[in-house]
Amino acid sequence: MKSEILATAFLGLAVRSIISLYSYSGFDSPPMHGDYEAQRHWQEITVNLEVGEWYTNSSNNDLLYWGLDYPPLTAYHSYVLGRVGKSIDPRFVELHESRGFQSGEHKRFMRATVVAADVLIYLPALVYLVFSIDKAFQSNEKLFLFMLTAAYPGQILIDNGHFQYNNISLGLAAVAVAAILRKRWYTASFFFTLALNYKQMELYHSLPFFAFLLGECVGQKSFTSFAARISKIAAIVLITFAVLWLPWLGSLQAALQVLHRLFPVARGVFEDKVANVWCAVNVVWKLKKHLLNDQMALVCIGCTLIAALPTNVLLFRQRTKTGFLLALFNTALAFFLFSFQVHEKTILLAALPSLFLLKWWPNEMVIFLEVSVFSMLPLLTKDELLVPALVSTVTFHLIFKCFNSNAKLDNENSLKYLSNISSILMICIVGAVLTIPAPSRYPDLWPLIVSVLSCGHFLLFFLWGNYQQFTCKFS
Amino acid sequence: MKDLFWHLVGIATGLKILLIPAYHSTDFEVHRNWLAITHSLPLERWYVEATSEWTLDYPPFFAHFEWVLSQVAKYVDPRMLEVQNLNYESKGTVYFQRLSVIATDLVYVLGVRSCLGSLGLARGTQQHFAGSMLLLLNVGLLFVDHIHFQYNGFLFGILLLSIGALIRQRFLWSAFAFAVLLNFKHIFLYLAPAFGVYLLRFYCLEQTSVLSMASAFVKLLAVGLTPFAMSFGPFWQQLPQVLSRLFPFKRGLTHAYWAPNFWALYNTADKVAAGVLKVQDSGTSTTSGLVQEVRHTVLPPITPPVTFVLTVVFMLPILVKLFRSSKNQSPLVFLRAVVLCGCSSFVFGWHVHEKAILMVLIPLCLLTLVNREDARYAYILGIAGYFSLFPLLFDADLYIPRYSLYMSYVAMLYGQLYRIFPGFRGFHALEWLYMLGFLAIPLYEHLLAFLLHLDKRLPFLPLLLTSVYSALGVLYFFGAFYLYALGFTWGKVALSGPSCSSAVKRKRKTK
Repeated sequence: MKSEILATAFLGLAVRSIISLYSYSGFDSPPMHGDYEAQRHWQEITVNLEVGEWYTNSSNNDLLYWGLDYPPLTAYHSYVLGRVGKSIDPRFVELHESRGFQSGEHKRFMRATVVAADVLIYLPALVYLVFSIDKAFQSNEKLFLFMLTAAYPGQILIDNGHFQYNNISLGLAAVAVAAILRKRWYTASFFFTLALNYKQMELYHSLPFFAFLLGECVGQKSFTSFAARISKIAAIVLITFAVLWLPWLGSLQAALQVLHRLFPVARGVFEDKVANVWCAVNVVWKLKKHLLNDQMALVCIGCTLIAALPTNVLLFRQRTKTGFLLALFNTALAFFLFSFQVHEKTILLAALPSLFLLKWWPNEMVIFLEVSVFSMLPLLTKDELLVPALVSTVTFHLIFKCFNSNAKLDNENSLKYLSNISSILMICIVGAVLTIPAPSRYPDLWPLIVSVLSCGHFLLFFLWGNYQQFTCKFS
Repeated sequence: MKDLFWHLVGIATGLKILLIPAYHSTDFEVHRNWLAITHSLPLERWYVEATSEWTLDYPPFFAHFEWVLSQVAKYVDPRMLEVQNLNYESKGTVYFQRLSVIATDLVYVLGVRSCLGSLGLARGTQQHFAGSMLLLLNVGLLFVDHIHFQYNGFLFGILLLSIGALIRQRFLWSAFAFAVLLNFKHIFLYLAPAFGVYLLRFYCLEQTSVLSMASAFVKLLAVGLTPFAMSFGPFWQQLPQVLSRLFPFKRGLTHAYWAPNFWALYNTADKVAAGVLKVQDSGTSTTSGLVQEVRHTVLPPITPPVTFVLTVVFMLPILVKLFRSSKNQSPLVFLRAVVLCGCSSFVFGWHVHEKAILMVLIPLCLLTLVNREDARYAYILGIAGYFSLFPLLFDADLYIPRYSLYMSYVAMLYGQLYRIFPGFRGFHALEWLYMLGFLAIPLYEHLLAFLLHLDKRLPFLPLLLTSVYSALGVLYFFGAFYLYALGFTWGKVALSGPSCSSAVKRKRKTK
């Protein structure tokens, strides 16, 4: 069994390194390039400027050109990578001069940094998590779960293909989830704080952690143990925050500037077509005509909170482990569907808990995971990653079938029926995208159809997840 | 357990398609050139044409195979079919050639299916699953065919079909398939003795009367020679020219990169001796990548006849054993004979390529499934053999893929062995030490060499280390497995495969 886990880990690594051979976002497309250049630019900024200047606009730091808009842990990570890059070739990160730098060696270096994060954080975190699941539920499904979590194409295509470091924030969050399953509340709070400080998008997962840990504190028998536990958790979170934010805590203005960078209201409710409610509503009712950006932001926050509230209140009252995973799934979906400034890639935050839910609802979750990749197809097509995206999704499905061949598809004929319909729909749309060019009047027709169809699926899954949590049979 | 064979075929195909943009070697251009030659020149020019240095040097069936491919290629990108258009690799060309390898792997898939069936492994068992994994996801074929670029998949497919037919006792089909194979790629001649002896002994001599023996022999000969006639017939006027292309003895004893065989150790010993005895090197050097000719300074020089005699001599014992084995043991002994014939030629052959180790490793996968002791040896050779392919994938972008694919495969192999043979262990401390020693080579190549500043001074040392260290394992396997196959054991009782023969019998009954 151990050797098979090892084989799976290396297979995951192999697929990641093979996807790395493909193109990345913004390759050969000046002047702005893409996420690859953004990450490189952050290395340039952090290596060459003082810590205090990282988030502020200056002649050396043009925030309009991929200004740093992730929390401090990302900035420190960029700094470390920048130092390593500089030691390989100073031209990688030379201030101003290195903009848009690309070469074979540089690509290899950048790809290697992502793979390094996979090896050091993401894959070990998944191993730890699947072992924790088996321990918490006294089951033996680690190989199945690890195989599918490690082979999930969405994360691989975005991190190792498109180019990002979601593996770090997702990996840290996975450790935090595992710690919750093992009842290690303090470890969980620490790792979740790290995740949150790597990517603010981890807020999508924050409510269930908050509800669960708060519930654990309130659930204490005496007031003193309540106070002890809550202050300990608060201390861990606050101290971690304080250490990471230290350089900007000198003045309120500096800290606010960082916060302002992290939550850019001015960028609008969505950028590209994205499979959430607002993008779908926008088709029939142009949001920008009727609402100001600030108003829109408030509407989004309100809707998100309303959507996320039931699942978290329930979690606060009934703290089961399955319920926790479901709440993570529901909350992440609520954020994805209703919040402000959503990217296609953030569906990965809902995909993470759904990978763990494969243990209970394999047939449902595999559809969700495939739809999640489908929803990112417009983005991946832009990066010339369509072929690997399709191939890896089909392969993922086959791997799933391998493990799930004996499992119960018993009396769930209706589910089978539905899943067939959605598969056929997705396949037809992919076929159409590949063969029929969009009409010139509606150049965004295909991305829009993909988004709306995915959005419909996500909404159904959101309702399904809430229903499952409220009628949950598993402890 | 459900039959997951076709799932695995799909997964393997997915992995292969993902590898399309990976680095490919000059063999890519070799095959593009052959596409161009066969498409745009008349038959009689195929083996004469020499615009590109990569002249056609495979037998005629392979040339015809390229011609068939070119009939599709012209719709993809006709420019790849121009003989003068050297080193042409448009996106269409890359996709076409890569996909042609993947598509023709279907023959391999059928061969695997047939062989697993012939061994009596029922579908849906752990053994059948393990066999499908080992063969369909074979990391050696991934390296050589789908990264480096060659068409070994469908050739091994024909080999497996032939082996499968032989074990099912469809002797004439087996002979026919093997003869066809030889006309695709003549390197499989090295395995011919095992087939020849088996067919002679268990097909011809098994007959009851002299007359039927003679008729069986004539039938065998007819079936075996027909493919040769079909293949070489159209070229009979220029046969010497064709043969000189197929057997270029002008090349040296060892390839530029030394395949991990006896001669790698011989060359190294010569180098070391020359260094110790302070003998002046007379000009050419064996380690230089450009020089094909090897000149030994201390040890006696080696000529092609020497390698040929050694190869044949080392094939004889297992062939005798095969000839004298009992009928129900014979499939197992036959498989071992195939492996050992392949291994003899790999160890002692003239100008052996590192890729040729696949001729040992692929048949060995079959033995791995049916016998615990064979599996043990197979594992050791697997560790060394697949590792020795790394120099083919020298592109820096491939470092992580090659190590992770390799590690994944050998770990998966171990896991499967553990499942088929509960409590599978059985490596001596020394064997473990040897296998773990392979970790040191990448460590040196990617880290120590730079720390010690040896990377510029001794650029070939990692290659030399890989070659020599793998050669130790190959030779150890060759010796130990040979003795085991002949029935000699050290203290331990040989597990002479009852599982296989009974399985074969069971299969026959159900048929």
